[in-house]
Amino acid sequence: MKRKEPIHWGQILIFIILLILSLPIILGYLWLIISTFSKVTYGLVPVDKSGNFGGFTLSNWTFLKEPDIWWASWNTFLLAMFMTVGVVMISSLAGYALSRIKFSGRKEFLSLTLVLHAFPSVTLLIAIYFVLKFFSGIPILDLFMGYNTIGGVIFVSLAMQLPLGVWLMKGFFDNVSWDVERAALIDGCSRLRTFWSVMFPQVRPGIAALSIFSFMTGWSSFIIPYTFLSGGAGHSVISTYLNTLMQSDTVSINYNVLAAVGLFQLIPILIFYFFNQNYLMKIFSGGSHGGV
Amino acid sequence: MLPAAVLVVLYFFLPVILTIGISFTDMSSVTGFSNWKFNGISNYVKIFLHPDSLRIFTSTMFYVACTLCFFNVGMGLLVSVLAYHLPKKVGGFFKSLWLLPRITPAVVYVLMWTMIAADAPYGIINQHIFAPLGLPTSNLIPNNAMFFCILVNGYIGASFGMIIFSSAIESISKDIMTSSLVDGAGFFNRVRYIIIPQLRWPLLFVTTYQTLSLLTSFESIMLLTDGNFQTEVWALWSYHKALNNYYGNFQYGFGAALSGVLVVVGVVFAIIYLKFFKFGELVKEPLIDEM
Repeated sequence: MKRKEPIHWGQILIFIILLILSLPIILGYLWLIISTFSKVTYGLVPVDKSGNFGGFTLSNWTFLKEPDIWWASWNTFLLAMFMTVGVVMISSLAGYALSRIKFSGRKEFLSLTLVLHAFPSVTLLIAIYFVLKFFSGIPILDLFMGYNTIGGVIFVSLAMQLPLGVWLMKGFFDNVSWDVERAALIDGCSRLRTFWSVMFPQVRPGIAALSIFSFMTGWSSFIIPYTFLSGGAGHSVISTYLNTLMQSDTVSINYNVLAAVGLFQLIPILIFYFFNQNYLMKIFSGGSHGGV
Repeated sequence: MLPAAVLVVLYFFLPVILTIGISFTDMSSVTGFSNWKFNGISNYVKIFLHPDSLRIFTSTMFYVACTLCFFNVGMGLLVSVLAYHLPKKVGGFFKSLWLLPRITPAVVYVLMWTMIAADAPYGIINQHIFAPLGLPTSNLIPNNAMFFCILVNGYIGASFGMIIFSSAIESISKDIMTSSLVDGAGFFNRVRYIIIPQLRWPLLFVTTYQTLSLLTSFESIMLLTDGNFQTEVWALWSYHKALNNYYGNFQYGFGAALSGVLVVVGVVFAIIYLKFFKFGELVKEPLIDEM
C-alpha cells in the first residue's frame, strides 16, 4: 500500500528530538570544519587576533609542507592498501571454502573464527607484542614483519580484520544459489575455475563492501600502529602523528592546526562513506545475518 | 584457506596461549626476555590483593552498564524507532549521521569531543551555553570524566544497535504495522506492543555482543583521559601495566594476567553466543559434496 502520508506535527516533534540527540555529532563536525579555516575559534565562532568575527585563513594547512605528514600518509596508505588486498583475497578464498567445501576441521575453524569475531582482539596486544619481537630476532623477516616496521603493523591489522571478513564472505557465498555452481561443476569446471568465473562475479557486492570497509579501518586505525610503531619519521601513521601533536608538551597546542590534520585524515573516509553508504550499511549489519 | 589459517593461528591462537602463558610468569622489563621464571598463579593472587582492583572493577562495570543501557541499546533503539516514523529520506539522513562517529578515525573523533568540552573561550558548551548564562566555565572533562567517556563511546556504539534494529523494524510485516494503525494504536502503544516484542532477538544479540566489545575496548578512553580522573577501566589497566606507562617498568606478566581475566570473560561470552544464536544452523554441512 503506497500512500502519501501528510506530514503532521508528530513527525516534526520526532524530527526535533532526533536533531537534539544528534547535536554532539553535528557540533563536532561543525567545529572541525570551521576551525580548520580560521585562525582562532571561540566555540564555534571564528575570530581574528583581537577577538572579532572573521580571521579566516588557510595557514593551518601549512603542515602539508612538512615531510613528516607525507611519510605518515604514505605509511597509512600502505597499511590501508595492503590490508584491503590481503583481507579481501584471504577472506574470499576462506569464505568460499568454508561455505562450499567439506573438509575436516571446518566446523572447528568456523566456531573459532566466530569466537574471535566476537572477541575484540585488543586484549591480545601484549602477546602480539611478543610475537613481533620474536620476528624482529629473525634476520630477513625482521625487515618487514618485526616490531616497529609498517609491515608488522600491516600483518597484525590484517589478521585482526580476518574473522569479520571470513564470516562476511561466507555469508555472501551462502546466498549464492547452489544450482549455478552445480551446473558449472557438472559442465566440467574445475573447483578453482568455478570460484573464479562463476562464484566471484556473484559476490562482487560483498567484495566491494569488504574492501571499502577494510580500507577505512586501515586508514583510521590507531591502537595497533600506536603500540607497535615507535613514532618518528617513517614510523608513524596519520593517527599517531595527530596524537603526537595533541600530546606534545613543548609547544602550546594549536587546535586549529589539529583540526586541519584531522580533516586531512577524514577527507578520504568521508568521500568513501558518501559514495558507498549502502555497501557499508550491509557490512555493519552483515555480522548480524543469521544471528551471528 | 591456508593463508587465513596461518594468520589466524599466528596472531590469534598463539597470542591467546601466550597471554595465558605469560600471565603465569614474572616477566617484566626488569627481568628481560630471557631471565624470567614461572611463578604460578601469583599474578592472579596479586590482582585480588591489589588496592586498585576493586575500584577499577567497579568503574569498568559502571562504564559498561551505562554505555550499554543508555546508548548502545537505548539510544540505538530510540534513534531507529524515531527514524522509522519519519519520511524515508529524512530518516536515512539521521541514520547516516549516526554512523559518522563509527567511521571517523578515533583520534579525530576524540579531538572533537575534547573541543566540545574544553574551557571557554574554546570549548563549545562553555562558550555558547555556560558563558552567556553567566555560569562559571571550566574544562568539563576532569570533573565529569566518566560521563564523557560514556558519551564518547556511546555515540560510537549506538550506531551498531541502530542499524540492526532498523533493519529488524523494516522487516516487521507492513500488515501488522498498518493494522495497528487501523486499530487506533498511538505512537507509544505501537512501540510498546508491536515493535519491542518483535525485536527480542536483535535486542539480546546487541546486548551480549556489545557487552563484550565494551569490556575490552579502551581506545577512545585512552585518547580522551588516558585513564585519569577515575576512568581507568580493566582493559586499559592491563595495557598500561604491560606496554605503556610512565615508569618504564613494563610488567608483562601482571598485564597478561589482567588480560587473561578478560580472555576468560570473552570465552564465557563466546559460549553464550554459540548456545543462543543457533550456531548449529550456521555451520550446516555444505550441500555440494553430498551430490
